[in-house]
Amino acid sequence: MNLRRNFPLLNRPGPRIAYLDSGATAQTPDIVLDAVRAFETSARANVKRGVHRLAESATEAYAKARAQVAAYLSVPAEEIVFTSGCTAAINLVAQSFGALLKPGDEIAVSELEHHSNIVPWHMLAARGGVKVNFLPVDGEGRIVVRTLSPRTKLVALAHVSNVTGAVLDVPAIVAAAKRMGARVLLDGAQRTPHGPVDIPALGVDFYAFSGHKTFAPHGVGALWAKAELLDAMPPFLGGGEMIANVTTQGFTAAKAPAKFEAGTPPISGAIGLGAACEWLGTLDWAEIAAHELRLTGRLLDGLRAIDGVTVIGPQGLQGRAPVVSFDLADAHPHDICQIMDRHGVALRGGHHCAQPLHAKFDLAGTTRASLALYCEDEDIDLFFAGLAEAKRVLT
Amino acid sequence: MNDALYHDALMALAKDRTHAAALPPGAGVTVDNPLCGDRVTLDGRVENGVAHGIRHKVRGCALCQASTAALARVLEGKPAASALAEAQAAVESVLAGGSAPAPWDAFAPVARHKSRHDCVKLPFSAVKSLFSGT
Repeated sequence: MNLRRNFPLLNRPGPRIAYLDSGATAQTPDIVLDAVRAFETSARANVKRGVHRLAESATEAYAKARAQVAAYLSVPAEEIVFTSGCTAAINLVAQSFGALLKPGDEIAVSELEHHSNIVPWHMLAARGGVKVNFLPVDGEGRIVVRTLSPRTKLVALAHVSNVTGAVLDVPAIVAAAKRMGARVLLDGAQRTPHGPVDIPALGVDFYAFSGHKTFAPHGVGALWAKAELLDAMPPFLGGGEMIANVTTQGFTAAKAPAKFEAGTPPISGAIGLGAACEWLGTLDWAEIAAHELRLTGRLLDGLRAIDGVTVIGPQGLQGRAPVVSFDLADAHPHDICQIMDRHGVALRGGHHCAQPLHAKFDLAGTTRASLALYCEDEDIDLFFAGLAEAKRVLT
Repeated sequence: MNDALYHDALMALAKDRTHAAALPPGAGVTVDNPLCGDRVTLDGRVENGVAHGIRHKVRGCALCQASTAALARVLEGKPAASALAEAQAAVESVLAGGSAPAPWDAFAPVARHKSRHDCVKLPFSAVKSLFSGT
């Protein structure tokens, strides 16, 4: 398996880049770059509103992208809403589904959520009297599924933690939510880069993810929601293309997904995301998953062998994605990352937009290595060479 | 490009505990860098225009620790306003790629790393807030 060859940035001349920051932004393969370039050079125009040939082509390409994304998630295309990213998708739910909630209703999130799945709910609570409850996280950085409040209307959780790498026990949380009649939203930002998602099998109601973590351009993401919910939810943003009719007295919203795509959407980004999803859907994910898991095992084993290192997250490979965060005693994550950069290793240091989780573990930040399908053993070798120097200099 | 960043003089500053203290919650002033989570707590007083009892507690990177230690060193027992102004000018110069006297010359390699400039500047925010309240 040599998927790295598909990623031009990783094959540029010069010293090797051990790109272990895919949890922040994944690299983009040729097939996505080609799709975007093809659109920009042969069909660039606005969608929906034009009758000239370029507008027709752009509209067709945009519709194809929606279908490609839908196929990757095993859902109908009309249930896919393109957004500017995962954060925008979650905010859309907070605003639109949130508008259906009443004072006293409750939202359940967890201590390990990315801020993009905390702050929108805090904002909703501040406006409408909705209460936000936090499910606890155990010592291995996994969400503890427990009985929910009967007033819970929505459970919004990360499918995969962007810090601990823990994979959510979806059947348990769906069962707990359904017992209370609550809907379930999954933040799939760290899950979609690691293979197709069978959303119907998950039994959830909303699924949000970002393009740039899924090998697509920045500035695009998607929300999937059940048709019945998209129909019931009021629009979040108003503007062109989201209406059926506008008068001086008011407006009538278009049907979903147009209802939630006010203004010109991220067309070329969506086309890139569609191409990424289609390409990902052709790959052998049994082989890739085994490869990612083996490299993750190398990281975990190697880190455990270093004095002063604590892995923040599951210590084993069961139920975890290739996201490994750690603390190295007396060394700040940014200092570690800076020294690792000298070895060509791209890592991320800090709180990873998950301050409540780091507060729980009494840490200001952690250092994170997040892998993707293009990572290889040589990247892990460079990681440990760099970490050895970081430890020598900083501790 | 990081070769000289964590050189001996800078790391010696980062490990300088001369003015470090286990400050209790609520002591002095605390400033945060929300992007990286660094936090500097600084305590002290200005009497007759002179800085006394400068103490710090840092939860941050080596650059932030070094800058805080350097600032405490140059302020303690000195005329507060002029010492702070000199330090400010020195750090601005060195981060812009210019020259600066010791101990600020230790930060010269940071000039190439703009994403780390705020690490060096954070204690300056703390001391300005501290002095404005005393």
